[in-house]
Amino acid sequence: MDQDEKPSTTPTVAVNCSEAVHVLYHFLDGELTPERKLLIEYHLDACHPCLEAFEFEVELRQLIKQRCREQVPDELRLRIKELLASEATATGTKGGGGTFPPA
Amino acid sequence: MADQASFAEQAMEHMPSLFAAAMRMTRNKADAEDLVQETYLKAYRAFGGFQEGTNLRAWLYRILTNTFINIYRAKKRRPDESNLEDVEDLYLYRRLGGLEGAQAGRSAEDEVLDSFTEGEVKGALEALPDQFRMAVLLADVEGFQYKEIAEILDIPIGTVMSRLHRGRRALQKSLFEFGRQRRLVDQPVAQP
Repeated sequence: MDQDEKPSTTPTVAVNCSEAVHVLYHFLDGELTPERKLLIEYHLDACHPCLEAFEFEVELRQLIKQRCREQVPDELRLRIKELLASEATATGTKGGGGTFPPA
Repeated sequence: MADQASFAEQAMEHMPSLFAAAMRMTRNKADAEDLVQETYLKAYRAFGGFQEGTNLRAWLYRILTNTFINIYRAKKRRPDESNLEDVEDLYLYRRLGGLEGAQAGRSAEDEVLDSFTEGEVKGALEALPDQFRMAVLLADVEGFQYKEIAEILDIPIGTVMSRLHRGRRALQKSLFEFGRQRRLVDQPVAQP
């Protein structure tokens, strides 16, 4: 297609609200092509209701991320450290690794 | 080829996010701890095959999700793709009166958002069927890109997108229900 050969810097095809909302997630996920991303940005500059809706989705996503944090139990951290250390010794005695040159 | 001796040094820093993901996957602390421990053990043993300089975090998540699927999905081999109803775009925003009230600013919607507790958000996410939960978790909590999620879950990108989009909408509906139960949202409950 011609458009694909020569991407124009000024979009010639405007998107409407339902098209913008349709690609909302792709836009927020950073998964649109630069050309399509620009088209959506033009729409959001001109369309306040869509901009508000997009911003709401961004905030919702931040909320989900914030609320889903967890504290790693110290005892788990310790257990895994010990486990890895004992694995290292086990493979070491078999002469496995080769990263630890024996004298 | 990666040097096993440097594994701990490189991999331990990812434990908080791996543990958080394990909590959402297994929905309980004891299982999450076992899952993370198993993941680290497998990763350590396989570390020789890890391509140094590639994405260690994604590699660890791949082991985590595979381990989860092998342990927990083996118990119940039923497809859960179908039991997620279709939810419209901007579900929560529309229910909070967003589109009509946009001129007045978003303060009311923001207030409702802020009021969602940790338990509610986690609960809403954990209520999603496995496949959708994993996609949403990897994208929205862990910030992976579609391509990375496709590799972690070993599914096509198109499938990532559809699970992600449906999962996100279902999550919004579930959050809305929490809000309604707490009367944060004055949407009337439908009368029989």
